[in-house]
Amino acid sequence: MTRRYVLRRLLQVLPTATVILLVGFLLIHLAPGDPVLALAGQSGDAEYYAFMREKFGLDEPLTTQLAIYAGNALRGDLGTSYVQGRPVFDIIAERLPATMLLTGTALVLSTAVGIVVGIVAATSAGRWPDVTVSTTALALYAAPVFLLGQLAILLLALRAGWFPVQGMRDARDPGTGASQLLDVGHHLVLPVLVLASQEVAAVARLCRVGLVDELARDHVRTARAKGVPERVVVTKHALRRALLPVVTVLGGRVGHLVSGAVIVEVVFGWPGIGRLLVTAMQTRDAPIVLGIFLLVAVTVVLANLVTDLLYAWLDPRVRYS
Amino acid sequence: MLVRLLASPGGGLGAALTLVLLVVGLAAPLLAPYDPFAVDGPALSRPTGAHPLGTDALGRDLLSGIIWGARTSLLVAGCVAVLVSIVGATVGLLSGYAGGWADDVLMRLTEAFQVLPRFFLALVVIAFFGPGLDRLILVLGLTSWPLLARVVRAEVLALRTREFVEAARVHGASRTRILLREILPNAVPPAIALLGLVVAQVILIEAGLGFLGLGDPNVVSWGALSSEAQQFLRVAWWLSLFPGVAILLAVLGLNLLGDALTDVVTGRR
Repeated sequence: MTRRYVLRRLLQVLPTATVILLVGFLLIHLAPGDPVLALAGQSGDAEYYAFMREKFGLDEPLTTQLAIYAGNALRGDLGTSYVQGRPVFDIIAERLPATMLLTGTALVLSTAVGIVVGIVAATSAGRWPDVTVSTTALALYAAPVFLLGQLAILLLALRAGWFPVQGMRDARDPGTGASQLLDVGHHLVLPVLVLASQEVAAVARLCRVGLVDELARDHVRTARAKGVPERVVVTKHALRRALLPVVTVLGGRVGHLVSGAVIVEVVFGWPGIGRLLVTAMQTRDAPIVLGIFLLVAVTVVLANLVTDLLYAWLDPRVRYS
Repeated sequence: MLVRLLASPGGGLGAALTLVLLVVGLAAPLLAPYDPFAVDGPALSRPTGAHPLGTDALGRDLLSGIIWGARTSLLVAGCVAVLVSIVGATVGLLSGYAGGWADDVLMRLTEAFQVLPRFFLALVVIAFFGPGLDRLILVLGLTSWPLLARVVRAEVLALRTREFVEAARVHGASRTRILLREILPNAVPPAIALLGLVVAQVILIEAGLGFLGLGDPNVVSWGALSSEAQQFLRVAWWLSLFPGVAILLAVLGLNLLGDALTDVVTGRR
C-alpha cells in the first residue's frame, strides 16, 4: 500500500475527531445551568464544585477550557460518575466486554450468513429463493429492532420456551467453567439473532447486487465455456470482486450495530454499555453519558479508518487515484 | 414519470403506504376513535369490537394511540426533511460550484458528519437538554444532511459545464442565479428520492429514542407505546405487535418509494 494514501487517510481522522470533541464540549457549555453542574452533578458540595472548577479551568477563557477538556479526554480521563463516585473509565470498562461479545458475535455471524444468503439469491436471480430473500430483507430492514426483539421473546422464549427471556447468566445457577460458557451462550442466542438479522439483510443485498453484476462479465463466461464447474465459477471467479462492496460498508455497520445494541440490551436485559447508558440518562449521570458517546464515536471513526485501509489493500485502484 | 413510478410493484406499494401515513398523520384528530390519553376501557383488554387493537395497562385505546403516534412521526420526519434539504442543498451547491479548497473543506466536514453516530448524538443531546421534539428535530436535521449534500454536489459537478449553463453564463447571469435557477432544479429529483430514505431512517431513530423513554412525554409516539409494551410482554402481546408493525409499514413505505424514485430518476438519463 502506498505510504501517501495511508498518511492522507490518517490525516482525515483529525477533522472528525475535532467535531466529536467539540460536540462533547459544546454540550457541557450549552446545557441549561452552570457548566459545573453538568460536570459534577446537582448534589455536590461547594468544595467539590470548587475542585471541578479548578480541574476543568472553568474560570479560564473558553479556548483554554477546550484545550483542558480535549487533553483529559485524550488521556482517557472521562471524569467521575456522580452516582457511583468512581472514574467513568472504570465503570465503562466493566460493562464493555458484554457489549463487545454481543456486537462482535453479531458482526461475524451477519457477515458470514449474509454472504451465503447473498450467493443463494444471486445464483437464483429472479426465481423464488431470490424473491424470498429480497422480500425478507426489505421487511427486516424496515423493522424497528425492538419489534424484532419483542417478537423473539414472545415466540421463542415465552411460547416455545427454548431460550431465557432476560439477562446474560442464570442468576440461580450460573455454573462454573464450561457450563458457565454454555449458559452465557444460551442467553446470547436471541439478542445476537435480533441484532444480526438486519445486518444479514444489508450484507445479503449488497453481496447479491455485486455477484449478479460479476456473473454477467466476460471472464465468468469464459470460465463457464471452459467447463469450470459452476460452484468454482461463483466462489473463485466472481465472489472475490463481488465482496468489495461488502467490505466498504463494514465501518458503517459497526455504527449501526452499536446503536442497535443499546436497544437490544434494553429489550433482553443484557448488562452492557447500552443499559449503562440508559440508566445513566435516567439518573442524569452526565459524565457517563458523555463518556459512552466519546467511546462509541471514536470506535466508529476507527472502524471507518480500518475499513478504508482494508479496501485500499484489496483494490489497488483506490490507493493510486 | 409518476406513471412509471406507480407501475413497479415496489413503487406502487411504497406510494400507497406513504399516502396512508400522510393521511393518518394529518387527519389524526378526525380518525382516532378515542382520546389517546383518556382512560376509556378495561385495562389490558385484548383486541375487541370497541377497541380493535386492544387497550393498555391504564385502559387507553391502542388504535387511537397509534393514529396519534403517526402524527408525531410525521411531524418529526417532515421538519427534519426540511432542515436536511436546506443544509444539504446549501453545502452541496457551494462545494460543487466553488471547487478548490472550499470544496475540500466542505467535503471533509461532510465526511466528519457522515461518520458521526446520529443515534448516540441525539441521545446525548436529550440527556443534557431534557426530552422534547424541538431539540430532537434540530439534532437529527443538523446531522442527517451529508448524503444529500453529496448528491447535490455530484449533480452540480455534472451540470456546471453543460451547454445550457454556459449559455446562461454568456448571457451574464450571476453565480447565484445560475446555481438556483439553472442547476438546483435538476438536482431536485435525485434529492427527493434520497430524502425518502433519509426520512425512513429518521423515523426509526425517533422510534428507538421513544423506546428508550427519551421521547417527548406530552405527545404519543410509536416508540413510547412499544416501550410500555416491554413491561407487559407476558400478558399483552398486542401492545408490542401493533405499534411495531406501524413503524415497520411506515419505514417500508418510504424505503420502497425512495428506491422506486431512484430507479425512475436514474433511468431517466
